[in-house]
Amino acid sequence: MSLLAQLPVIPIIVPLVAAPLAVLMPAEKMGGRIPYIWTTLIAWTVFAACVAIFYSVATVGPISYHLGDWAPPIGIEYRIDLANALVLTLVSGIGALVFPFSYESIRSEIDPRQINLFYAALLICMVGLLGVTITGDAFNVFVFLEISSLSTYALVAMGANKDRRALTAAFNYLVMGTIGATFFVIGLGLLYQATGTLNMADVKFQLAGDNNRMVEAGFAFIIVGMGLKAAMFPMHLWMPNAYAYAPSAVSAFIAATSTKVAVYVIIRFIYTVIGADFDFASAAFAWLIAPLAIAGMFFASIVAIFQSDVKRMLAYSSVGQIGYMLFGVSFGTEQGLAASLVHLFNHGLMKGALFMAAAAVMLRVGSHACSGYAGLAKRMPLTAAAFIIAGLSLIGVPLTVGFISKWQLLSAAFDSGRPWAGFLIVASSFLAVIYIGRVIELMVLKPAPENAPPIKEAPLSMLIPMMILVAANIYFGLNTELTVDLAERAAHALMGAGR
Amino acid sequence: MDLVAFLAERYNYWIFIVLMMMGLYIVIARGNLIKKLIGLNVFQTSVFIYYISIGKITGGTAPIYVAGDMERWAHGAGHDAGHGEGAAHGADALPGKDPLGAGALHADETLQGDFELAGNDLSTLTGEAHGAPDTQAVHAAPSDGVNDLLAAPPLKIEDHASAVADAAHKAAEVVYSNPLPHVLILTAIVVGIATTAVGLALVVRIREAYGTIEEDELEAIDNVAEFGETHAKGAAA
Repeated sequence: MSLLAQLPVIPIIVPLVAAPLAVLMPAEKMGGRIPYIWTTLIAWTVFAACVAIFYSVATVGPISYHLGDWAPPIGIEYRIDLANALVLTLVSGIGALVFPFSYESIRSEIDPRQINLFYAALLICMVGLLGVTITGDAFNVFVFLEISSLSTYALVAMGANKDRRALTAAFNYLVMGTIGATFFVIGLGLLYQATGTLNMADVKFQLAGDNNRMVEAGFAFIIVGMGLKAAMFPMHLWMPNAYAYAPSAVSAFIAATSTKVAVYVIIRFIYTVIGADFDFASAAFAWLIAPLAIAGMFFASIVAIFQSDVKRMLAYSSVGQIGYMLFGVSFGTEQGLAASLVHLFNHGLMKGALFMAAAAVMLRVGSHACSGYAGLAKRMPLTAAAFIIAGLSLIGVPLTVGFISKWQLLSAAFDSGRPWAGFLIVASSFLAVIYIGRVIELMVLKPAPENAPPIKEAPLSMLIPMMILVAANIYFGLNTELTVDLAERAAHALMGAGR
Repeated sequence: MDLVAFLAERYNYWIFIVLMMMGLYIVIARGNLIKKLIGLNVFQTSVFIYYISIGKITGGTAPIYVAGDMERWAHGAGHDAGHGEGAAHGADALPGKDPLGAGALHADETLQGDFELAGNDLSTLTGEAHGAPDTQAVHAAPSDGVNDLLAAPPLKIEDHASAVADAAHKAAEVVYSNPLPHVLILTAIVVGIATTAVGLALVVRIREAYGTIEEDELEAIDNVAEFGETHAKGAAA
């Protein structure tokens, strides 16, 4: 048993052990830097492990890790193929950037006595999301999902130091999130009753194409439950408030990761657990997922246009972007699935960068209302530049990752004989031009308010992670080899015979 | 009448559905945050009941070791040596020892894995025998030997595969309820408690910040703060 053989469990075990230790660290000594540095180092360790896993999966093939050496389907299995290796890398990568990023922002936004608790909760949130992604056991998904959700509720509520509405936002998120998770458990129960197993691959094997109403009901419960967690339109109502009032660094982390992980779980259950060859799966694609995705793309984008708060606008935009991902899945083709996976990854990069820029503005200007962005291009040029590039990426301008996502989605739409879908994607992108363009106009063209106090650029500890993400937005827009090729291979593996 | 029987046979599911609907209704219809949380709890509890009821097998007992046969056969398969020693011990211990009391506890510890296999899926058992470690086997063996000698003389087992199949056959005679859903639901109960605790903590904070826990009043306060006096926004907390 070399350490390398234990690699898949490192992203889970290390933060799970490290987080309680962070709670024990002093919050007020050295300005709370001790838990900050500790958790940042852990996040980097996890990222390194995830990259190693990713490399191993991409070059050698899927990894199956048996927890406690109990062979599946009896034991819990961590099964990593390209699809979840991609999501793992995204989540841990965003974590590795958000942890160093968060310090200045968090210190100004939460009660300084809570800083150790904050970092512990953020670490637990990350480990939950990683666990959901890495596991090959259906019930394990629920457990990790709740680990991450519970800490997210606490993290969102910490925004109450700035704005008490964070409390009600967190409460609503808790109620909705718990209903979603409970629906998911009901679905799992039905699948378990139908198959007698909880191992994802084994469920599919036991079903063997057998269709009955219990499986259908289980599938429906799982899609609805995960749809709630993913903020799939029209189950997104918890999300704008939660993102808007959470501490800015938390918004950056959860906006870039948590809904993506829920979308990943939907994809995983459709393809690996249930199998898309069922009639009801294709019916769900055509009659449920596609219409809701389209409605989300348009409705949420239109609502985003009318927001006076940038973070809330970005949250609505996320609902729309989730629509794109599900729309790609609903084509039911390999290309559509690959496009969804690419967009899932790319959207994490864009939204992470946008929310980081919003956090920097929050730190210096003290507000995330649109009015605070007036004349920002002169006052905080680097932050404004980051916002603009990430915003262009969100719209889908060439040379950015957004373009790659849109291009993949469009070609998937045309190749699957849905030219109207391509038209809808382009049309809803114009809505993004409006809501992002509005903020860019404020930043570049409007003068700063007369009486505005002079402000500095964001501190380096925030600028560097932000710039790394922006650079990733451009890099993956130019070099599509990594994301697109891998997503295509992942989609191929998901579609083809399950594994 | 068939319909009535059909419905009555599935009464546990009806309880689950009714509770679930009640819980969801309370969450949606009640404005008081604590009542909402309780509704959420009822909703979750209904799912626990559902899981527990799917684990129940008609005529099955609790998944606790009740008879010696199964244990001996399962062990014999994996650990001939341990078994032989156990039988010897058993012979010593035969007169006047309580066969079920302490022994049952040991057996439960060592054999949980096997119970699960036998109860769930007999076909997967063959070739996947994962007996307890040797020391434990020896430890548990005395009681096992006692029961064996009471029931039947100990057998020499040569062929592992047939022994495992045999063990499965024997185990099938004692019907156990499926313990797996119960274990799952223990986890879910812990999650549910954590959720309720976080929720109640939030309610306390909301009450501190707003002075009320009624949803409509909270909304009114926020609206005043946002659209009434513009400077009130965010200053209150």
